[in-house]
Amino acid sequence: MKKVQFKSKYIPYLFVFPQMAIILIFFIWPSAMAFYYSFVLEDAFGISSRFVWFQNYQDTIFNNDYYSSIIFTFVFSALVTLFSLSVGLLLAYKTNNIIKAKGLYRTLLMWPYAIAPAIAGLMATFFFSESHGALYDFLNSLGWKFDPKSDPFDAQVMLVFVASWKQISVDFIFFLSGLQGIPKSIMEASLIDCKSAVKRFWTIVFPLLAPTTFFLLITNITYSFFDTFGLIDTTTRGTPMGETRTLAYKIYQDGFLGADIGGSSAQSVILLLFVLIITIFQFKYLEKRIHY
Amino acid sequence: MRSKILFFVAFFMATVNLSATTNITWWHAMGGRLGEVVNEMANNFNASQSEYKVIPVYKGGYEDTMTAGIAAFRAHKAPDIIQIFDAGAATIIGAKGVVYPVAKLFDKYGVKFNPNDYISGVRNFYADSSGRMIGSPFNSSTPVMYYNKDAFKKAGIKNPPKTWEDFEAMAPALKKAGYIGLAQSLSTWTSAENFMSRHNLQMADKDNGFAGFATKLYYENPAMDYHWDKLRAWTLKGYFKYFGRGWADNQQAFYDQKVAMWLGSSGSFGGLKKGAKFNFGTTYLPFWKKFIKKGAQTFIGGAALFVFSGKSDKEYKGIAKFLQYLTSPKNQYFWHKSTGYVPITKAAYKLAKEDGYYKRVPDAEIGIKQLSLPTQKWTKGYRLGNYVQIREVMTVEFENILNGKKTAKQALSDVDKKGDKLLKRFAQTYR
Repeated sequence: MKKVQFKSKYIPYLFVFPQMAIILIFFIWPSAMAFYYSFVLEDAFGISSRFVWFQNYQDTIFNNDYYSSIIFTFVFSALVTLFSLSVGLLLAYKTNNIIKAKGLYRTLLMWPYAIAPAIAGLMATFFFSESHGALYDFLNSLGWKFDPKSDPFDAQVMLVFVASWKQISVDFIFFLSGLQGIPKSIMEASLIDCKSAVKRFWTIVFPLLAPTTFFLLITNITYSFFDTFGLIDTTTRGTPMGETRTLAYKIYQDGFLGADIGGSSAQSVILLLFVLIITIFQFKYLEKRIHY
Repeated sequence: MRSKILFFVAFFMATVNLSATTNITWWHAMGGRLGEVVNEMANNFNASQSEYKVIPVYKGGYEDTMTAGIAAFRAHKAPDIIQIFDAGAATIIGAKGVVYPVAKLFDKYGVKFNPNDYISGVRNFYADSSGRMIGSPFNSSTPVMYYNKDAFKKAGIKNPPKTWEDFEAMAPALKKAGYIGLAQSLSTWTSAENFMSRHNLQMADKDNGFAGFATKLYYENPAMDYHWDKLRAWTLKGYFKYFGRGWADNQQAFYDQKVAMWLGSSGSFGGLKKGAKFNFGTTYLPFWKKFIKKGAQTFIGGAALFVFSGKSDKEYKGIAKFLQYLTSPKNQYFWHKSTGYVPITKAAYKLAKEDGYYKRVPDAEIGIKQLSLPTQKWTKGYRLGNYVQIREVMTVEFENILNGKKTAKQALSDVDKKGDKLLKRFAQTYR
């Protein structure tokens, strides 16, 4: 085989440079800054700055509000991931077998993907508002005293609902293409072997979708960790009782609204660690069980 | 070639000539109608002289404006003037050398200035411990009570409540007539900070934070405990309802005639007048007779204009002129009339009176009257760091009280505990 090689050994570096520059400027540099600021106490305007070792971490960790934020973030992410994955898969499986108006169904189901989280949040505000919200009235007519403005549980339900709804279409698209990637021959063979559609799904289709599911699991978790910011900021803003604050939203509140740079940097570093641990765990334990 | 050089020289001279007018940038948080009034005032100033040009820039809400100012200052691109709200005052004043105090500015650039020209509630809030003004008060408001006159008539009530005891007595009649008695916006402001002021209670140590960095809050006290337990009890009885932390949601309940009374800002008056489809009136913030014989003065709310340090002499001269222009009686009266914010100088207040404005719109005077009550020991204001976060803590704890999760005493002592931590952090950072 002919070996293709650049004449100068510097050219490859040139090609890698743009990507590396982006990573350095937008990922490594800010993370390094956050790491630095997490060890100092500095006033908002940057006039005086003092190294305080781990005080910012101590102040963060020994704070009950931080725990409720951690618990909310994890429960919220788990629920959003669960709902959007399962509904997305269900819809993809069903539309894959549709014969008439296939394209129409698919297009309509993909639509919410195009809605920005902040817009989804504004829509939710209207739907769940006390003075003119259709869903608010509906839930209350069922006998549930639904009031997301003062009941934290109701607010959390609302957020899980909207965040999942928004993510379903993403999962739908990926599952659909995953389903279409399954060879027809396998499907036909399974059809001969087994009559039960449910059994066929769990023994043949689902395992074959595992790589897609795994990929979506990670993206859905990062989505609910970070991308739901816009949704929260336009709906509950962390209320009521501060029980709808994801870790990312708390960082914003403390750092940008409260001008506490050290504290919010410490929280950022902790969040970074969380995400790192989750991702390592997923790759280490889950990926092993997946066959591409 | 020569002609080209000549052209560039001429071009250069022309640009130099153009920049003879000094630009003064002013970042503010006044959206909607308020923003229009701000622009109008800046345009009038620009038209009145040719040396300076004020460029107002809307930067979003109060918090957004402050964040933008912080980021700009750190990047050495600070505007000349920035509007900072009451809860953020300590942050900008505490950072040494960020602000050029207006008292000093006026002194140096020959603007005649006497703090006593300002009405008492305004004078102290943005001043240092010796009474020298650091920020120039701009949009000032204070919490007042709005009441639905039609609802009162239906329930057979003649006068609005003066005290909370009065309120409690009339709430059942209102309930019978189909109204929830009360809603309030920004509870931290209407039913905590100004509750303390109205009852002449100390809010924090170190003279409410004016004499140094305060590290202790005094929100947990018999009067506050009593009041917040009452709010919880009234919630259960249907005399009071909390419509969430959003300002507008609580105001909406008043608009929709769900509630008969609403605690809002004196600055809300103009908007209400336009939108309400019923007769309403304005009255003083109620107080508990049980705790004070006569309600004291309330704090000023709203925001002040701060001047950034590190600008040129010429710019400062222009800034001083512009601030003087803004506080002139004529402009203050204009501002007061078009927005509902209170006039901040005695002269402007006098002008409004002489013009017969309060004869035409008596409700517009309540805010300024309440602010002009004699100054007492604990009614001057507060200067507390990390106060944006402290308000966050307060909101959460107040919701705990109203939901019945905690008693007022528990929740308020938690406010103090968490608040003290935040205050200490601030003292440690800014010392």
